[in-house]
Amino acid sequence: MNISRRHLLILLPAAAVAWKYVEAGEPEASPNYQMSEHWWGMLINIPKCIGCGNCVRACQTENDVPDGYFRTWVERYHVTDTNMTTPEVISPDGGKEGFPVAQEDAGKYFFVPKMCNHCADSPCTQVCPVGATFVSPDGVVLIDPTYCLGCAYCVQACPYGCRYIHPTKKVADKCTLCYHRITKGLTTACCEACPTGARQLADLKNPNDPIHEFLKTHPVQVLKPQMATGAKAYYFGLDGSVR
Amino acid sequence: MNGVVGFMYPNEYALQWSILIVLYPFITGLVAGAFILASLERVFRVEAVKPTYRLALLTALAFLLDAPLPLQLHLGHPERSPEMYFTPHATSAMAMFGYVYLWYLMAVLVFEIWLDYRRDIVILSQQSKGPLRVIYKIMTLGSNNISERSLHIDDKVGWIVTLIGIPSAFLLHGYVGFIFGSIKANPWWSSPLMPVVFIFSAMVSGVAAVMLIYMATTKLRKLAIDMRCVDTIAMYMFYIFIIDFSLEMLDLIHRIYEADESFRSLDFMVHTRLYIPHIVIQICLGTVTPLVLLFLTQVIHLREAVRKRLYVLSGCLAMIGIFAMRWNVVIGGQLFSKSFLGYTTYKMALVTREGLLVAVGLTILPFLFLWVLVKLLPPWPEKSLHPAAAGD
Amino acid sequence: MKDAGHLFRFAGLFVVAFLVFLVVRGYVVPKTFGQYGHYRGAAIGEIAQHPVKFAGHQTCEGCHSDIADTKTKGAHAHVNCEACHGALFQNLPAPPQPKGTLYERFVALIVPPPPPAPPILLHADDPATVVPTKPDTLVLCVRCHTASAAKPKGFPQVDPTVHMGGIPCETCHNPHSPAIGSDAGQGAAASPAPGGAK
Repeated sequence: MNISRRHLLILLPAAAVAWKYVEAGEPEASPNYQMSEHWWGMLINIPKCIGCGNCVRACQTENDVPDGYFRTWVERYHVTDTNMTTPEVISPDGGKEGFPVAQEDAGKYFFVPKMCNHCADSPCTQVCPVGATFVSPDGVVLIDPTYCLGCAYCVQACPYGCRYIHPTKKVADKCTLCYHRITKGLTTACCEACPTGARQLADLKNPNDPIHEFLKTHPVQVLKPQMATGAKAYYFGLDGSVR
Repeated sequence: MNGVVGFMYPNEYALQWSILIVLYPFITGLVAGAFILASLERVFRVEAVKPTYRLALLTALAFLLDAPLPLQLHLGHPERSPEMYFTPHATSAMAMFGYVYLWYLMAVLVFEIWLDYRRDIVILSQQSKGPLRVIYKIMTLGSNNISERSLHIDDKVGWIVTLIGIPSAFLLHGYVGFIFGSIKANPWWSSPLMPVVFIFSAMVSGVAAVMLIYMATTKLRKLAIDMRCVDTIAMYMFYIFIIDFSLEMLDLIHRIYEADESFRSLDFMVHTRLYIPHIVIQICLGTVTPLVLLFLTQVIHLREAVRKRLYVLSGCLAMIGIFAMRWNVVIGGQLFSKSFLGYTTYKMALVTREGLLVAVGLTILPFLFLWVLVKLLPPWPEKSLHPAAAGD
Repeated sequence: MKDAGHLFRFAGLFVVAFLVFLVVRGYVVPKTFGQYGHYRGAAIGEIAQHPVKFAGHQTCEGCHSDIADTKTKGAHAHVNCEACHGALFQNLPAPPQPKGTLYERFVALIVPPPPPAPPILLHADDPATVVPTKPDTLVLCVRCHTASAAKPKGFPQVDPTVHMGGIPCETCHNPHSPAIGSDAGQGAAASPAPGGAK
């Protein structure tokens, strides 16, 4: 992800021009971004998350997310027993203003940021009756707001609860992996705002991406692997009690 | 907080699919069930139920015309629903709706009704006056041929249409079951049994509906109810109900036995938030009670008056029970969190687009449609028309 | 087969309806539909045109290189500028939308054009117009650093009432290089400690 970042001030308006090519149906002519060269995902490092809620607020600012709905949110787990089946979980307003102070006790606490997993075998795109939601050629699950009927079938089909129906636009909405940013060489708003580096954008097709090294040397998990969704939000340090 | 107990993913607090989505499978179920009753006579030659043949077809049509309305009112952008016809997504069960509905409406139901009524339509187009005459004329499609040979062809083609209509009816309602049954994200819904349970419960509700409508309209017209007909309908209803009950019990027992990760959460939900709709209304009042009552009518020789009352009671209870089943599937499937750690509540609105009043209105509307259809195309067996009676 | 004539009339209805359907479909389905898959290909470009609000730390460092130098030597080296300063932008008034032709408005009923992205002016593009306000450290710092058993043990955290009792954090800590006694960048944007030693 370091090729285009260097010339960012020049790039911002240039990338906007480049996207006119994509919009006109000629992405091959776009000089700065080729969809086929990227396969996006994210790495979430649980031990680093401090539950500050910066990511939730940044996402809301960047993407005009309506109050009460969440494109990303943070959950706090409190595991007091050993069988991992009854954690106490809270997510006050999605963790947007952080979490209440916890008292030390015999259990363990940790924070789990959640978001759309941009599944490669996405069940939400499978059920869309008209083709309003789709997996882009570079691996991002997107919604076409001018085509969506608002039937909410995709909301029902998502195992992770990351979709919602926009209260005023009446169409499905969710995390877009800040597509408008990552295609310009920027990182997502949540990663930009995270103070500890717990969230990091990953380009799984770019061998120079430092995440590749991390994925090769650390054990990672995805949420609900039994659903076989091809989720691309990889978690390091995910406890067995996480739902 | 807002009716939420325990932990739910923040986007899960509000239910997406409301009472209108409960109503939709109930209505298409009535369509499928009514059609199956009609096909009993047409294809399987159960001659006893002939008095209800035309009434069953008109009932199916009345409910089918009403069926898209709850869906349209639920959509965020109903004006975009033609997209399902122009660009249906082949992997989506919901995309099938547009084509299956249209196929069933035009190529099965309207076609069959037209073929069966064509003789009457032609006669009525010659006998009536004013705007009604125009309507009948249009319905003849310009052909006045009601010769023996043409009616014979109609009969043969109608038989084939009904034959195709049976799997079409299963498809019309079965795909709704598949819409729920194919969602791996929701363990309350995800099951290969779902389409089958939907179809069999639909048959019970549709058969019960036609039986009740037949009994009510016959009483209103001050005529005697054909008990042989009603006895036969009740018998078939009883057998189909047994199959439906067995399937639902199989699902339940399987869930309890396997006790997978979702079981404790679902079990808790059924015993608390769904206790009244599921245990009391669906199972006890809506399934076991009518089964017992129908069983009594099958094994004990009861007087006609008693049998009539038992049929009406079991028919009503069965329809309530099957509506409750749709409620428990649709609403129940959204009351628990996919984290299995929490529950929410369904706050049904009263006067909004997806509120209770609209749902009640959409339930009454098909009876209005049926009234118009019955006036236009009388289904009563004693009212068969004679071409020689022109100028009556 | 003249006695089956009426059946052909009925079938004729279907044929006519199908032809009408094909014609309407040709007009209504968006041109880029199916370009990359079963969706409107132009949607990808439209989504990518959404305005950017967080400029990204490389952009900030392009002008504020002195702050960047201070930061690299301290504990906040990997805390991005906007993590504390937030997105610095201003909403501009939306330009008037032209009304389409009658045909466009009819098609728009079924497949409306994408809504115009609201224009944004970034501080990074026009620092003179979009003037940021300094964050209040009393509110900002405690968001991350309030001690809680839930936070990772190695993370620096304090009980705010005990630690500073209402005094702004920047009294003692330079937010861009927060360790006490670190001699990094005294001329940095943060107001220097008025003799407030630990």
